[in-house]
Amino acid sequence: MNTRRSFLKKSFLGSQALVWGVPVVYGSVAPEKYPFVGKWLADPEMLPGKNAGLKVLGERPWNIETPPHLLDDKVTPADKMFVRNNGLMPEAIDVANWSLTINGESAKTTKSYSIAELKSKFKTYTYQLTIECGGNGRAEFNPPAKGNQWEVGAVSCAKWTGVRLKDILMDVGIKDDAVYIGYYGKDVHLSKDPKKVVISRGVPISKALEDETLVAWAMNGEDIPLANGHPLRLVMGGWPGSVSGKWLSTIAVRNVVHDGEKMGGDSYRVPCEAVAPGEVVPDENMCIIEGMPVKSIISYPKTGALIKVGQTLPVRGHAWAGDKSVKEVHVSADFGATWQKADLEGPANRLAWQHFSAELELPATGYYEIWAKATDSDGKSQPMVVPGWNPKGYLNNACHRIAVKVR
Amino acid sequence: MMEKKNDLLEVLQKATGALIGILSLALILSLGAAYLFFFYKPSPKPILAKQETATPVAKVEAVAPNAENGTVDEETGFIIDTGWELAKANCTNCHAATLVTQNRATREGWEGMIRWMQRTQKLWDLGENEAAILDYLAKNYAPENKGRRPNLTDVEWYELEGTK
Repeated sequence: MNTRRSFLKKSFLGSQALVWGVPVVYGSVAPEKYPFVGKWLADPEMLPGKNAGLKVLGERPWNIETPPHLLDDKVTPADKMFVRNNGLMPEAIDVANWSLTINGESAKTTKSYSIAELKSKFKTYTYQLTIECGGNGRAEFNPPAKGNQWEVGAVSCAKWTGVRLKDILMDVGIKDDAVYIGYYGKDVHLSKDPKKVVISRGVPISKALEDETLVAWAMNGEDIPLANGHPLRLVMGGWPGSVSGKWLSTIAVRNVVHDGEKMGGDSYRVPCEAVAPGEVVPDENMCIIEGMPVKSIISYPKTGALIKVGQTLPVRGHAWAGDKSVKEVHVSADFGATWQKADLEGPANRLAWQHFSAELELPATGYYEIWAKATDSDGKSQPMVVPGWNPKGYLNNACHRIAVKVR
Repeated sequence: MMEKKNDLLEVLQKATGALIGILSLALILSLGAAYLFFFYKPSPKPILAKQETATPVAKVEAVAPNAENGTVDEETGFIIDTGWELAKANCTNCHAATLVTQNRATREGWEGMIRWMQRTQKLWDLGENEAAILDYLAKNYAPENKGRRPNLTDVEWYELEGTK
C-alpha cells in the first residue's frame, strides 16, 4: 500500500514537471515532506488531521482551502475544514494550564478561568455554525486584490461545543459603557517578535451577547484541530472568520470600537460608500465588515461531470446568509435565462448553513454550466457577476457554478 | 676564474631577480584573492541569515510560469528573471513564497505591499535593492484583466456514476 502510494505521488510529480516544463529536482529527494503548494495537501502529515485533497495557498502561515466537492457533508468534518492563519501556530499547548482572562476598561473586574472551570461553571451548548473567511472568493476580483487568493472553499459549518460568551461576561460583570469586545490569542507573529500581536479582532457587544456566540473547546465532539484553534477559540457564525479568535487567551471588554491588530486600514474593512474598481480609498472611508452576505456552493457533483443524454443530473449544496437565513435557492443550466427552484432544508439552528437539492433535466448534448443562486430572508440574492470591488477583495458572494457535459 | 665568478654572480643575481618577481606576483595575486574573499559580495546576498524554520519551504510553483523562458526556481516557485534572487532573498524570510506568487499587482501595488509590511510586519529597508525587486515583481506578477467573471478553466472531466 505504501509503495503504491509513493508510486502514485511520484507519477503525479512527474506529470507536473511535464506540464510546467520544469525539472522537479526535489522530486526524487524529499517530496513526501513538502505540501504541494498551489495544488493539494499532498502529504497530510504536513498538517496532521487534514485531508489530502485540500488546496494549499501557503504554508507559512498555513492557509488552506477546501474544494467545493469536498464540502458535501452536512456537518463539515475536521479534516475538511479550511485553515486561515495570520501567524504561526502556538507550540507545546498545555491544556491543563490554559486560561481565559476577561479584562478591559468596561469589565467590572479581571477574571481568569481554566478550561476545566469553564466546563464546570457554565452550561455547555452545541451549535452548528457557519464560518466563512471574509476574503473567500478574493481570487475573482478585478483588478486583483492583495492577499491569499481564495476561490470558493474558505467556508465550513461544523458543530461547536463550548459555553456562551455572554454567560462568562455576566459572571465577570460588564459596565454600561461596554460597546465592543476584542480577543487575543497565542499565535506567534511571522517575524517571531514575541511583542507583536498577530491578529486581535472583535465584535460589537450585541454580537458578543448572542446565544450562539461560543467560547468553544470542541468541534464535532472532539478536540478542535490545532490549525483551527485548539484548545480554545471564539466561534461566531455568520461573520468573517477572523472574529472567531483562535488559541484564545484573553477577551477585553472595550468602551470603544476595539482597536487591535487588523481592525483598521484595509483589514476586514470595505469602502463605506461603493467605489469604482481600483479606486484608492482613504482610511476614514472604510467600514468594518459585520454579517457576511448570502451565498451558496454546489458540493455535488464535482465540476467536470460527464453524463449521457436523457440522464437526470442531481445537484446539491449548502447556502448561508450571515446573520439571516436563506429563503430560497434556485439553479440554472442556461446561464440564468431560466431558473429552477431547489428543495431547501431549514437550518440545524440559527447561523447554520442550509442544504439544497435539485434534479435537472438537460435537454440536449453539449456543454452546460450549473449555477446556484441563494436568496436571503430579506429578499436579497447572490449576484451572477463579481460584486462591489474593494481594496482587499472581501465579500465576493457571486454565484458558484460547475461545468457539465451531456453526450 | 674572475670571469667565471662574475658570470656566476650574474646568474645568481638574475635568479634572485626572477625569484623576487615571482614572489611579488604571488603576493599580489594572494592579496587580490584575499580581497575578493573578504570584501567581494556576490550579488544577491540575503540581507538576513536564512531563518531557522521547522517547516520546510514549499517546493512547487503555485501558478503556471509566464516568464519568457518559462523556468521557475524549484525552491520558491519564483519566475527566473532579472532580480528574482533579490526577491527570494528578501521576500521569503517571514512568509511563504506563494504569498508573492499567487498575487498580481502593478508596480505601485507591489510598492504599497512593501510599505505595509515595513509599517506593520517588520520588513527591513530594502535600500538600493528595492527598485530591482519592484521591477521584477511588476514585470512578472502584473495584473491581467479578468473581467467580471472568467471562464471555468482546468476542468477535469469524469463520468458521473449513479445517475438515473
